[in-house]
Amino acid sequence: MKDYEVIIGLEVHAELSTNTKIYCNCSTSFGADPNTHCCPICTGMPGTLPVLNEKVVEYAVKAGLATNCEISRFSKQDRKNYFYPDLPKAYQISQYDLPLCLGGHLDINVNGNKKTIGITRIHIEEDAGKLIHDAYTGDTLVDMNRCAVPLIEIVSEPDIRNADEAVAYMQTLKSILEYLEVCDCKMQEGSLRCDVNLSVRPVGQKEFGTRTETKNLNSFRAIHNLIEFETKRQIEVLENGGVIHQETIRWDDAKGIGYAMRSKEDAQDYRYFPEPDLAPIVLSDEYINDMKNSLPEMPHLKKERYIKEFGLPEYDAEILTASKYTANFFEKTNAICNNPKAVSNWIMGDFAKMLNEKELEINESKVTEENLACLISLIDKGTISSKIAKQIFEEMFETGENAKDIVEKKGLVQISDEGAIKEIVQRVVEANPQSVADYKAGKDRAIGFMVGQIMKETKGKANPQIVNKLLLEIINK
Amino acid sequence: MDLYSLALTDVAKKIKNKEVKIKDVLDDIYSRIDNVEPKVDAYITLTQKLAYERAQELQQKLDNGEDIGILGGVPIAIKDNICTNGVKTTCASRMLENFTPIYDATVIKKLEEAGAIVIGKTNMDEFAMGSSTETSYMKKTKNPWDLTRVPGGSSGGSAAAVSSDMAFAALGSDTGGSIRQPASYCSVVGLKPTYGLISRFGLIAFASSLDQIGPFTKTVEDAALMLNVIAGHDEKDTTSADIEKQDYTKALLNDVSGKTIGIPTDFITDGINKDVRAAYDEAIATLKNAGAAIKEIKLEYAKYSLATYYIIATAEASSNLGRYDGIRYGYRAKDFNDLEDLYRKSRTEGFGAEVKRRIMLGTYVLSSGYYDAYYKRAQQVRTLIVENFKKAFEECDVIMIPTAPNTSFKFGAHNASPLEMYLEDIYTVPVNMAGLPAVSVPGGFDSNGMPIGIQFIAKAFDEKNMLQVAYTFEQNTTYHKERPSIQEGK
Repeated sequence: MKDYEVIIGLEVHAELSTNTKIYCNCSTSFGADPNTHCCPICTGMPGTLPVLNEKVVEYAVKAGLATNCEISRFSKQDRKNYFYPDLPKAYQISQYDLPLCLGGHLDINVNGNKKTIGITRIHIEEDAGKLIHDAYTGDTLVDMNRCAVPLIEIVSEPDIRNADEAVAYMQTLKSILEYLEVCDCKMQEGSLRCDVNLSVRPVGQKEFGTRTETKNLNSFRAIHNLIEFETKRQIEVLENGGVIHQETIRWDDAKGIGYAMRSKEDAQDYRYFPEPDLAPIVLSDEYINDMKNSLPEMPHLKKERYIKEFGLPEYDAEILTASKYTANFFEKTNAICNNPKAVSNWIMGDFAKMLNEKELEINESKVTEENLACLISLIDKGTISSKIAKQIFEEMFETGENAKDIVEKKGLVQISDEGAIKEIVQRVVEANPQSVADYKAGKDRAIGFMVGQIMKETKGKANPQIVNKLLLEIINK
Repeated sequence: MDLYSLALTDVAKKIKNKEVKIKDVLDDIYSRIDNVEPKVDAYITLTQKLAYERAQELQQKLDNGEDIGILGGVPIAIKDNICTNGVKTTCASRMLENFTPIYDATVIKKLEEAGAIVIGKTNMDEFAMGSSTETSYMKKTKNPWDLTRVPGGSSGGSAAAVSSDMAFAALGSDTGGSIRQPASYCSVVGLKPTYGLISRFGLIAFASSLDQIGPFTKTVEDAALMLNVIAGHDEKDTTSADIEKQDYTKALLNDVSGKTIGIPTDFITDGINKDVRAAYDEAIATLKNAGAAIKEIKLEYAKYSLATYYIIATAEASSNLGRYDGIRYGYRAKDFNDLEDLYRKSRTEGFGAEVKRRIMLGTYVLSSGYYDAYYKRAQQVRTLIVENFKKAFEECDVIMIPTAPNTSFKFGAHNASPLEMYLEDIYTVPVNMAGLPAVSVPGGFDSNGMPIGIQFIAKAFDEKNMLQVAYTFEQNTTYHKERPSIQEGK
């Protein structure tokens, strides 16, 4: 078998988190009853006209700047014509030959290796509605709530070579869009989704092979698995002397199988032409500079600051800043308890493990910044031991209860009252004359035994430092 | 004296001065409609119920001493491609035969704010595609001057309604001459404003970059008044211009001294009817006598307008009419096998021949591989036409040409050759291509007694200059005072 090279380009669709749609004032919020977030404009009633939502341009320009694109001073919108019941005007307003952003790139990190992926363009467009197939009646129903929800399409160069790179690219893009607050990036709700264009060629061949396109993948796992599947499939076809057809693959995520659909769609002529109802988008240098200056601190700069300002190791800083939500959680928690390394350890350790198990994002967990800060303060003040803290955290994670309340409810407060401890120490010393004698004879180990006895009597709640101090005092008296 | 025969300005005055009740005006106009409409067939829908309710409301306000607006109580007709909330808006198409909009076009809101009363929706060529109103799915509107002839189009219903005193004014839309040409055929004033002066929100699109709403009236003065009401920026239409409001009635001066009228001799060629030519020459003399300077100018690219128009207009139409697919509203075929079949049958049965012809033309010129040769080239020629007019206006204030090369023709005269019919728009289309304002004013009659229109064209947003010349022409002629004599009764 020959060696093959895989060529992958991604087209990512991100729903912009504007409050209103791209050409009317309808709400963009997800999950409403069907056809309640629509009006004559977004349902394409005769005589209506679109009015461009300026926020959409702003968000798209921000995404372009954050991905090192050139922002077009002059761009226009075009009509992409096709018939489908979820497209009420029978054309989608998109951008064809003069998109808002051109020629950017993104640096990704794959298993410690850095790589740069080119970005061809970013353009704005409107989303289509949703078809709902009623299994009971056999009817197909249209929900137009999603019609004209603003999207940006981010088209990458064919620079990606395998599934890991594709996932790393998506993760980096997701992180940037989250930092910019232009997209909520909820992949399971479809607000961030991606089309994979994939072809293979024998190593050394100059021309690209024929590519297939898989649309609307909405999880990192699906992207990864589809790429592995499709790579293998194409190589097998070629190895068996077959040819790859330019076609659309439908990916069944549950089964982990892709199906080729030899559809007429490939021959579709969209008859693009400039949208006559909308004026061109003309942006001034001043506008673009204002946008540049309004960009939030991006992940790589935040990472450097964490190292400098909080004295965190590079590894910690990298992980904490990978997601805006994690970084926000870290900063808010630390602002309350002021112990950066402890906060970092919690977030990267037990907390991360539990989030992974439940497949949750940090901002979806019941644990609040205030609660984690409170827990860390309780340890720092010596109110609880770090061993007990782990127990408390588990409960916080499950119930969302405050650390202080759990400590009080369960009587987990560390005993730091010298009088109370002294009494127990006295009792243990008196009950173990042999151990005292051993210690005096130079056997340090005997101390450990007696500390163990004391902790057993206090159910682990005695402050270990105080126990040590008092024990030595009493024996050496 | 019959109220219905008054000009809009006069009837508005009578209402305001309480010489007549609004209800009396309505009674009079609807009784005129009862008598004449069976012959003319200008209306698709009449809205008596809503009109009388509104009349009562307005009368009450007036009696309470409130201001009811400059069009207070005046009955007005609306072309059936302008959306009216709760009133059927059909575009004279089987496709929208039962379509009732749930919102008002911006111009309807403006008319109502000014106190106008909508009395009905007028017939038109289907989706405004045509020059004779014969492509209407609903009915054939007759020319009030000769019931065996067409009223022109596409706003033939509006032109015929005003011409036969069935409305004091009407709104139409003009994509390639659809206001001016029927105004010329029916001897009324028809004004197509600068592209962007009037909001298109609620106008069912034919060709978005060319469509513009405008008034039909009995006099130039009435046209200025209507323009005052409907002009202005609209947040809902970003192609509407954000410019200062003007009072167009201030331009109504019988004075053209110091004005230069451009005569594009290279554009007025032999294809023109000899009676129209004579009326045109007479119009030049009229303005010259009134004190205007007459100057020959060149419009060498104007002759390419028609060819360019039929590429751009049909391209935009093919996209604008995609939404009529039988899914959400409008006509849906009864029997179909699948989605593709539903689309195909609904559109085949719902659209008439002319609409289908233009959708096919437009689809063709936009299709991959042809775009550069047709659509892109047409846009380039369009730019040349715009520049051509700009240059011409360096030499004159207003350009005067006939509105149409011919007068009204008999029904079916152009059935065999759609292209012949397209040629009727040769003098009106260049104005749309350049986005300019133009007005057609009654300018004479041919040997058959059919009306001839004279067209005045101005720079973009220079409606005032245009109206002043048109008004002077009107005041120095008597054609606008003649009305068709239609025998009343069925």
